[in-house]
Amino acid sequence: MLDGRSAIKRRAGLRLWLSGGWLLLIVLAAILAPWISPQDPLAQDLFAARTPPFWEAGSEPGFWLGADSLGRDVLTRILYGARIALIVAFVAGTLTCAVGAALGLIAGYFRGWADRIVSRLVDIWMAFPPVLFAILLIAVLGTGLTSIIIAIVVIDWTRFCRVVRAEAMNQGQMDYVASAQVAGMSRLRTMWAEILPNVLPTIVALLSLEMGIAVIVEAILSFVNLSISTDSPTWGGMIAEGRTSIHQAWWVLVFPLLTLFLTVLSFSQFGEGLKDRFDPVLR
Amino acid sequence: MALFRTILLRLLTTTITLFGVAVIVFVVIRVVPGNPIAMMLPPGATDADIARLQALYGLDKSIPQQFVIWLTGVMHGDFGTSISLRQPVLDLVLGRLPATLELSIFALVIAVVIGGFMALTGTRLRGTRVEAGIDVANGMALSVPDFLWGLILILLFGVLVPIFHISGRISPSIDFPFMTNFYVFESVARGRFDIWADLLAHMFMPALALAIPLAAIIGQLLKQSLKETMHLDYVTLSRTKGYGENHVIVKEALPNAVLPTLTLIGVQFTFLIGGTVIIERLFSYEGLGNMAIDAVVNRDLPLIQGIVILFALIFTVVNLVVDMTYAALNPRLRHA
Amino acid sequence: MTGFLSIRNLSVVLAGTPHRLLRSVSLDLPAGEVHGLVGESGAGKSMIGKAILGILPRAIEIAEGEILLDGQDLLQLPPAERRRLVGKTAALIPQDPLTALNPSRRIGPQITDRLVDILGWKRAQAEARAVELLAEVHIPDAPRVMRSYPHELSGGMRQRILIASAFAAEPKLIVADEPTTALDVTVQKQILRLIAEMQSRHGTAILFVTHDLGVVSKVCRSLSVLYGGKVVEETEVRAFFRGPKHAYSAALLAATPKYTDPDTSLTPVPAEVIAAVQAEVEAADGEWRHVR
Repeated sequence: MLDGRSAIKRRAGLRLWLSGGWLLLIVLAAILAPWISPQDPLAQDLFAARTPPFWEAGSEPGFWLGADSLGRDVLTRILYGARIALIVAFVAGTLTCAVGAALGLIAGYFRGWADRIVSRLVDIWMAFPPVLFAILLIAVLGTGLTSIIIAIVVIDWTRFCRVVRAEAMNQGQMDYVASAQVAGMSRLRTMWAEILPNVLPTIVALLSLEMGIAVIVEAILSFVNLSISTDSPTWGGMIAEGRTSIHQAWWVLVFPLLTLFLTVLSFSQFGEGLKDRFDPVLR
Repeated sequence: MALFRTILLRLLTTTITLFGVAVIVFVVIRVVPGNPIAMMLPPGATDADIARLQALYGLDKSIPQQFVIWLTGVMHGDFGTSISLRQPVLDLVLGRLPATLELSIFALVIAVVIGGFMALTGTRLRGTRVEAGIDVANGMALSVPDFLWGLILILLFGVLVPIFHISGRISPSIDFPFMTNFYVFESVARGRFDIWADLLAHMFMPALALAIPLAAIIGQLLKQSLKETMHLDYVTLSRTKGYGENHVIVKEALPNAVLPTLTLIGVQFTFLIGGTVIIERLFSYEGLGNMAIDAVVNRDLPLIQGIVILFALIFTVVNLVVDMTYAALNPRLRHA
Repeated sequence: MTGFLSIRNLSVVLAGTPHRLLRSVSLDLPAGEVHGLVGESGAGKSMIGKAILGILPRAIEIAEGEILLDGQDLLQLPPAERRRLVGKTAALIPQDPLTALNPSRRIGPQITDRLVDILGWKRAQAEARAVELLAEVHIPDAPRVMRSYPHELSGGMRQRILIASAFAAEPKLIVADEPTTALDVTVQKQILRLIAEMQSRHGTAILFVTHDLGVVSKVCRSLSVLYGGKVVEETEVRAFFRGPKHAYSAALLAATPKYTDPDTSLTPVPAEVIAAVQAEVEAADGEWRHVR
């Protein structure tokens, strides 16, 4: 009871280690994929088609987690898939955060007409079903990595904008902001030096969450055949393929799905953990 | 009078939002590179044929002109004709809407039941390992979106332990002359509980996938506000009257703790409805979302437009309903 | 003399620690008597009332002692039975009328719920009783008030309702936990008079928790002075105001503004008196910890 704070800290610590550890593993996999992969990610070997993972009867050496219906190694493709997943996560996540947080900060701190325009835009955006919006955008932009990143930014900036706007509004009413103004600090400088640092823990948590979401959006788009070209293996593409042969070869779905699940979970838990760690009230 | 003004203002902002949505969709889909008309015609069609069909669908005019024509049509209840299905968009969309509504509402019910149960159990057993377990489960359920839960459910209950349907809305063997597309309601109304059970069995997996994240949100927020409420004086006073923990939680704390959760459910329910797009695809459920993806793939401009506007309309109506429920449940607002 | 409420050696600790918040408190309250519990904030005066009613915060637990209510030791009863016994024989007049009524329930049921659910009365009977009670606390138009929600009524009105509700089941004991502290000064006197009036009409024993010796002099017959969770003096009110026995009590009395002469300068409780009483209440702690 007395130790409520330290209990929260301990739990946050464990959470940070577990999720951070998994994310580090994925980063390493992405970097080292060409050297540690047992096979070529695109090599088709029809004789090895639907080879089960190593502990099942009928497994083949070199196909640790089995092979898909074209005889491509599942483990290799998961390792290579980490590359696209992480590129999407970092680039799309950061850009979404930058756009959304900037608009939210401006709307929440400056209020007035800036706020009215941004809020109205958010309202309109919130009236779109996000997945449909994403699919529509990809249909317009064409498939490919850049299109996916643009689509994620266009759809998800509101997530940052709404939260940051509300936080900035709260902070803007605090006495320390008023005293900074009285001390002669310019509005822009106040926003940068006084408001932003206080909103930062929230932004960091959201950013980490958004990276996980970006990976999922890529998977969803792959699932409706609208992602990257078939040449580069992606987790989403593997899942889509695994879904069709689920009754014949469960491993084609299970392993990429598990990887995706743990990665998305880790991104969000990592963000929450960071937020708790840097929350000035808890620290 | 104040209420009347609020409603009027609300209608105005809703109209602006819907108008904005319409403009964005209209512009976005008209810069699509693929030519939908060329895709409709058999190979070897002449340019003249294409031009004639384009004129038929009004695609030869400028974008602002097209928008005015479309908007005038909408005012008269005419949302145009689907290019790929060659039927009026309104008929198509209204035909699929009931399936999506039934799925969403079922998912909402599941989410409220699970989330409410988690919150009440967590409050009743606060400070114990059970509460800690509920917190961890909620945290996990929240971090993973419906799409992944759908895949996991397919794997667990469709393949490993195949006890639920993972595809379609109704068993193909059932041949029943439905008069409406509200199958679930109609089967109950006409006393066919066997069909009703079949429908629910098909809906259960996709609905659960949609419900899991929302259940976690409800569980978390409701538990938090319940625990805050449990410290308040009127709860303590109720204990001195001789009431036990269960009565105190359900009768005294819950009615007051439920309000913040209710507002949240409003926004989250629109997210859930948005989620039906991919979940319907995943479970081959014949609803609006599944049709929407087909429409995009086929570049069916009028149909895409109709569906997006309908979704936007549903979202705004849901928000309106939630606000009204909030006002009805909160005595302070009701008498203000 | 042993009253119908008898507290023996009650010690209360912060859960999991040997840190005592009540230090072996003993107290007897004869039927129908009004007894004041006085002390500075943190002295543990409300804690006694909460321990009797079974509403101590979760972080606080009873380490030892007996609370005899009507001859039964509450601490030996199973929780459900204890709750029912307390619900039937005791009641609380809470401190803050603004937060003590459930904002989403109408007034009527909040008065009658105990009668119906715990005492098993018929609803109509309970409602008739509520109308009667509201008249007793001088609230006109009882039927309308019973249909209202708390936010539609003033603070003084709500405190009257809470008083009515406390007397509804004809309890033998009422714990009044600083019932006038949250009210305007003008309303305070009326409420105090009302509690005294209701008490003499119903003959209920009241444990009156307050930091205000002026209030004690008006409504109580006897009082206990607490410091650091220990009763340092228990005596008759008249004897107390004539001359308190304990040095701390005397200092506390000197620090209280006089109604008769508000201009006299106040002497704060001197530091050496505090040090002495602190040493006195802590004296037994070492031994107590050792025993546990």
